[in-house]
Amino acid sequence: MKSNKIILVLLLAAALLGLGRAASAQPGFDEAVNGLAGQSRSAIIDSLKALADLGDERALAAIRALEERRLLAAPDGRAIIVGTDDTLHYADTGEPFAGERDGLDAPVINNRVRRAIDRAEAVLQLVAKDPAQRLEAARAMAKAPRPEAAELLRAVLGRETVPAVRDALTLALALVDMNSGDQEVRVAAVTKVAGSGNPAFLPLLKELVRVDEAGRPVNGDARSVAAAKAGITAIERHVLLVRSAQNFFYGLSLGSVLLLAALGLAITFGLMGVINMAHGELLMVGAYATYLTQNFFHSHLPGLETWYLAAAVPVAFAAAGATGIAMERSVIRFLYGRPLETLLATWGISLLLIQTVRLLFGAQNVEVANPAWLAGGTEPVAGLLLTYNRVAIIGFVVLTVAFVWYLLNRTSLGLKVRAVTQNRAMAASMGIRTGRVDMWTFGLGSGIAGLGGVALSQIGNVGPELGQGYIVDSFMVVVLGGVGKIAGTIFGAMGLGVVNKLLEPHTGAVLGKIVMLALIILVIQRRPQGLFAPRGRVA
Amino acid sequence: MFTQLRDIQSNRAWAATLAAGLVILVGVPLLNQVVPAGSFLHLPDYLVILLGKFFCYAMVALAMDLIWGYTGILSLGHGVFFALGGYAMGMHLMRAMAGQGVYKSNLPDFMVFLDWKELPWYWLGFDHFWFALLMVVLVPALLALLIGFFSFRSRITGVYFSILTQAMTYAMMLLFFRNETGFGGNNGLTDFKHLLGFSLQEPTVKLGLCVVSGAALIGCFLLCRFITGSLLGRVLTAIRDAEGRVLFCGYRSIHYKLFVWVLSAVICAVAGALYVTQVGIINPSEMQPANSIEMAIWVAVGGRGTLVGALLGALVINGAKSWFTVSYPDLWLYFLGALFIATTLFLPQGIVGLGGVFKKWTTKTKESEDGTRSYVRLP
Repeated sequence: MKSNKIILVLLLAAALLGLGRAASAQPGFDEAVNGLAGQSRSAIIDSLKALADLGDERALAAIRALEERRLLAAPDGRAIIVGTDDTLHYADTGEPFAGERDGLDAPVINNRVRRAIDRAEAVLQLVAKDPAQRLEAARAMAKAPRPEAAELLRAVLGRETVPAVRDALTLALALVDMNSGDQEVRVAAVTKVAGSGNPAFLPLLKELVRVDEAGRPVNGDARSVAAAKAGITAIERHVLLVRSAQNFFYGLSLGSVLLLAALGLAITFGLMGVINMAHGELLMVGAYATYLTQNFFHSHLPGLETWYLAAAVPVAFAAAGATGIAMERSVIRFLYGRPLETLLATWGISLLLIQTVRLLFGAQNVEVANPAWLAGGTEPVAGLLLTYNRVAIIGFVVLTVAFVWYLLNRTSLGLKVRAVTQNRAMAASMGIRTGRVDMWTFGLGSGIAGLGGVALSQIGNVGPELGQGYIVDSFMVVVLGGVGKIAGTIFGAMGLGVVNKLLEPHTGAVLGKIVMLALIILVIQRRPQGLFAPRGRVA
Repeated sequence: MFTQLRDIQSNRAWAATLAAGLVILVGVPLLNQVVPAGSFLHLPDYLVILLGKFFCYAMVALAMDLIWGYTGILSLGHGVFFALGGYAMGMHLMRAMAGQGVYKSNLPDFMVFLDWKELPWYWLGFDHFWFALLMVVLVPALLALLIGFFSFRSRITGVYFSILTQAMTYAMMLLFFRNETGFGGNNGLTDFKHLLGFSLQEPTVKLGLCVVSGAALIGCFLLCRFITGSLLGRVLTAIRDAEGRVLFCGYRSIHYKLFVWVLSAVICAVAGALYVTQVGIINPSEMQPANSIEMAIWVAVGGRGTLVGALLGALVINGAKSWFTVSYPDLWLYFLGALFIATTLFLPQGIVGLGGVFKKWTTKTKESEDGTRSYVRLP
């Protein structure tokens, strides 16, 4: 008896929802599907409506085929789907079509048909097996709520088990219910919509609270207006919060980029006191090393291509480090203690590097692809989009800083670097080969710049002039943070990044940058000693 | 008065200066206008324009030498002063051709393009030539005064000052690249028609401008000679070599530095104004940080701390640039880069110092008599 009851309930539900799974028994399904290949557009639209009402998921394939013009009309009027492998099937039964493809026409669709397609697809997706598809469909419904969808939504909502989809459906239903005749339903719906925190509904709510000259609400009654007003404040507060969080996140990621660009300089300029105008070009060398690694993986290790970035990190470090060591040995070591001359000579080196890259790779930008695992992003709160490449850069900068900290504080080289920085003569008399330490320190700073180049290759263009845009910024970060203090550089970069992004909405990108530079100059006025802490051997 | 003027340089130097003046003021016009076009000695029109540009660059080099070679302050912002002078002159030239642009509007073409209805306030007055000239001097002077006052007051010296001025240059470049700033965005000001009624397309007018630039250059040279030879010049050199001692001797070094810094900016701006009349365009790319650094290398190659060296450096490098960028465009940056490195490593005293180096090599004596090498004295 019990099982009978269950069967009865199931049958009832199926009948109620019009979702009978017994497809062959579905009256009108075949007719409707074949109608998609109909002669007139209105016939097609009628068929689409019929299919939507039937709610049979199988129709989706045919509807998509129609949308992509893969649906053909057979001579007998039945619809044929062209599969992705170019095989032909009947849309209703799924049997293969034996005839020739030539001479079969695809129905012509226009925008009116396309709208009907979208609507039918949305309905059918709402009952799809895949929860992701249902979620997407529910969100689509919320974007364009239609009163006639209310019944459908209510029916689907009763059956839905996945919470996320339920939420989306509830919201979509609430949007429809906001125009309901019943006051209770309306107020409940308004509260629901307001609680979503979604700024897309602001205009809707604002429309609700609009008043005429007499101060009476144009739409809706006093209670729903009150609910809507509360909703507007709530949503606006939510939006402000999300936007601030987003700006802060952008600021952090910009700060990370600045830090990656400046960290190498914090070592060569901050610790060693070398004014390295070719620092930007070391970033460029790192970016081009990434490019070459990518090409190598493309031609030799196609299976591992998406992981080229991991291999590019040590390659770029080595390439930029080697360039830096070559620079130090050939030019810079003869100019220690003469900062202005170092400035000019390294500028000369930067010109040589730029022109060499231009001759080797061309003056145009080269293409460095983002690996697939860096594409996309996550949205922990509605409206707060954290793209993976920005998250990755923040993570990368944390690792790089940890690496630098470890090298400087926990290794023998780091000890020697600090010793030479603090007191060169004393270090030398303790048996440290200061010249050798200079070489490795400069190489380290240059290598870190190479790491910065890897990160920059992922977020911007890679071209011969890549480094030129970062040289002023890098020096500003190091100078602002305090020469000779790595921690200062970190604070400087992050502070600059966040302040810049917070300024940007008010001033625009270019003016924001100018204001930043002016601010830095002012800060330097106020704190010259603190920020120019003389720790390097040149100061 | 006259003897005072005569005493700023030796008789031999006066003779050389007068000879140079004669060549510029008389020789160039003669060779261009009187000598027939086919002759070997004829100076073609394009060379006249080139020469005029070089004279402007040489003025910049003098300004740079004054502040870097003599006072020891390496500015990486002189490109801005040069461009500001140029913009002030360009604004007058734009106003002078009001109504003759493509749109036949009273406003400059780019403003019509941006759909602006009236001149921004900072364009007012540029209809008058005298006002433009005043601005050529005043605007860069004011900017230099501001930057200099704040920097020198907080004892920002050496490379920090260089980096600061470079940041200023970068910011100004970004500012002028914006359309909203009101200076024509990245196209800048161009398509000038006439100056004080003379058509700028006429070869004779260009010759005249070249001669004026030459005269201005000689004037600047004499002015720099006068300053560096005076007591003030000695203080400047002392600041370069040991600012601390100058301070302890009771001199307010900030006043001296400010004076020479502003003067240097003004010379640069005048050169920029003359430059714009000749090349017919001014745009923000003149403010690129690279341009300002290139100005430093003119002085370094020629020889810091010698005015003749700065002149020579500007002429030689720009001559080389004109030749390279036409004949071997790919090699120019290599040449320039190598020049930067070679000069700093091997030729700290520049071309002018070559004679001394040569003498040292041939005689091989007394090199380390006082235990120091010559470049130590330089900044």
